[in-house]
Amino acid sequence: MTEPAEILFSDEQAQLREIAETFSANKAPMAAVRRQLEADAAITTELWQEIAGLGWLGIAIPEDFGGSGLGLGEVVAIVEPMGRNLLSSPLAATTLAAQAILWSGSDEQKSQWLPQLAGGAVAALALTEAHGDWDLCHLTCSASRTASRHGDMLSLSGGKTFVTDAAMADLFLLSLALDGAPALLLVEKSALGEAALHREVVIDETRRSYGLNLNGIEVPVANLLPAADVSGCLKRLHLGACLLYAAEMCGGATGVINLTLEYLKTRRQFDHFIGAYQALKHPMVDALVGLEQARSHLYHAATVFEMGNLTDGRGEVAVRMAKAQAAAAFAFASDRAIQFHGAFGFTYDCDAQLYRRRALWCEQQHGDALHHRKQLAALLLD
Amino acid sequence: MSISAGELNEFEVEAAAWFAENKPGDPGFLLPQSFMEVGTDQQFEFLRDWQRKVYEAGYLGLAWPAEYGGGGKHQAFQDIATAEMARQKVPFMTNTIGLSWAGPLILNMGTEAQKQAYIKRILSAEDIWCQGFSEPDNGSDLGNAQLRAVRDGDEFVLNGSKIWTSLGSYADYMILLARSNSETNTKYEGLSYFLSPMKIPGIDPVPIRKLTGEYGFTQTFFDNARIPDSCLIGEEGKGWQVAMKTLTFERAVSGGQAGGVHSMPVFAGEVVELARHAQRDGRPAIEDPLIRDQLVAFLIEERGLELNNQRAQIPGLNTEWPGAIAMARKLTNSEWRQRLNLFAVTLQGANASRYVDDALAIDGGRWQRGYFNSFSSTIGGGTSQIQKNIVGERVLGLPKSA
Repeated sequence: MTEPAEILFSDEQAQLREIAETFSANKAPMAAVRRQLEADAAITTELWQEIAGLGWLGIAIPEDFGGSGLGLGEVVAIVEPMGRNLLSSPLAATTLAAQAILWSGSDEQKSQWLPQLAGGAVAALALTEAHGDWDLCHLTCSASRTASRHGDMLSLSGGKTFVTDAAMADLFLLSLALDGAPALLLVEKSALGEAALHREVVIDETRRSYGLNLNGIEVPVANLLPAADVSGCLKRLHLGACLLYAAEMCGGATGVINLTLEYLKTRRQFDHFIGAYQALKHPMVDALVGLEQARSHLYHAATVFEMGNLTDGRGEVAVRMAKAQAAAAFAFASDRAIQFHGAFGFTYDCDAQLYRRRALWCEQQHGDALHHRKQLAALLLD
Repeated sequence: MSISAGELNEFEVEAAAWFAENKPGDPGFLLPQSFMEVGTDQQFEFLRDWQRKVYEAGYLGLAWPAEYGGGGKHQAFQDIATAEMARQKVPFMTNTIGLSWAGPLILNMGTEAQKQAYIKRILSAEDIWCQGFSEPDNGSDLGNAQLRAVRDGDEFVLNGSKIWTSLGSYADYMILLARSNSETNTKYEGLSYFLSPMKIPGIDPVPIRKLTGEYGFTQTFFDNARIPDSCLIGEEGKGWQVAMKTLTFERAVSGGQAGGVHSMPVFAGEVVELARHAQRDGRPAIEDPLIRDQLVAFLIEERGLELNNQRAQIPGLNTEWPGAIAMARKLTNSEWRQRLNLFAVTLQGANASRYVDDALAIDGGRWQRGYFNSFSSTIGGGTSQIQKNIVGERVLGLPKSA
């Protein structure tokens, strides 16, 4: 009969979204976001524990491992409102690390880590390297096999970058080259020396990013994820990250459009509220139109993820389109937000810059719009 | 009204078979792509016959009441028939203003006599309808309409002119917004709305030549034309409210249209095909990285607009700015279509310079003509700039433009 629905939005998702909206608005008002900019961590321990208490870290973890057995599609419904309020946390990284263990981990790794991650343990993703290439299989970090009295060990070398929330992480999911092929490795906090982490200065000040020096770190061989197809797992991780970034960007665009609208409705110049001027009004409609399309792509991509269609072409197309469109929409909305606040927009006190910085971070992690369009060209045109 | 999936399935199979069997072949001339582009008697006769055939076969107006000539069935049946028309790319229903705007308006607020008189003949295309809103000096500012309707007993006397009347040369009736009182507090209060006959003394539609060189609409002159006051729809002096209601049908914010396809859609996929055949540097244009990027951008936007239609149906995903998708649809879709047409033209390389009727024109010149005609959608029914005011004010809550 009619085409099957390409966007499914369950009652669970609707409920989750509503709760997450209220939660984010209450827990991350702009004053709290501003306060957190000065803090050591992106999020207070108390707030992180609250998030864990709500069960949001286990949404995509099966019930057998202490989660709720839903999928990344439901996580989208949480991340979007968090992005709207610029709430920064290791939720996405922890969720994705758990997914990687679920996809590619051994039974022991699953039983050891998934319940912990569902319960509030923090995971950090160490997938990016200083060369800045978005290809997660472009790996210069490596490991060599050594034997010790503790059994077969891996001796790591190289460095990782953009490891967010590393200082509060209990577990690191690390990619490296081993025997000439990509490998994924779990590294516990205790395996890191004192000097392994150093804070990086990044464009999005709501985030806490770290460089991770691997030299001298030794971990048991048993910490490798035993997946046969690590490249495939890295691709799924990449697409999962794109999906959650798309959600964060849609939320951010919603937040920054509202911020700008508020100003356009209250600021007067030449006897008119400035929102009455079409030079400002019309680009706001462009921003809205870009966001509406981004949200449609997002919830379609979330639907496709739910159906487990990720690795067939359809899922990849949906996710890449969502990330490309969300990046374009958030970039435009946040760029115009600075401009439309006039001289105030040029100040640190104006919140527009927080969104613009967030938009740049989100677009530049896991591929900008141009990169995804290039990947889509291969999928759609060849 | 309960309907079973089996019933719908059976109907879909029938509809698919009927359209496959009865879809017209190549008429031997380039068909227009929407009712706004019907420029020759040949095109018009062809399209009117086709609409009548579709109606008589039972695939148009299925959800309109049976007592007025409709099918009296659930909307789901019409949706299936319409989807089948789109799928099989059959020619569009040419009486668009009757089927999609005037018809639902009459059913919504017309008198019993008006419903009896007009509805069936709209469906069968026996009566063609046009719209008299815009005037030479009042395009987007609809509320400022100046065509005079002066009451004289139980008649109104019409003087003035309307412009950009699509199908004006062929129309039997016009939905007409006119000024019945020029001494009101606001310009909106003096308007009345009529279902006016066209083929009476004093009404003269004069064809206007479009930028394409074709004739697609008229300026319609009214010189002491007399119509009975039974032509009023809504109360005298309440024409503005009726006009606003009409626009909700025109912009598909309200449902109740008769159904059927109303334009020949363009797809980004067609432009991808064009890129396979166009040449750049001795290679197919589709291998050029810059062209690939633009093609993908069009595909992303096309998909986003399609998915918008689905998401608009899910209230839980429209909490922030409810109605935004529907309110912006005309703007987004018409602008996309215009850019896509233009890109399709530029893709052709030096051949982009050819035009309709040139023996070597690619696809008969349809992209060139399509680009020019696409301005009818970015201008007609409220320009894109006016649409942005509407969305900015009604959806985003920004103050009215100065």
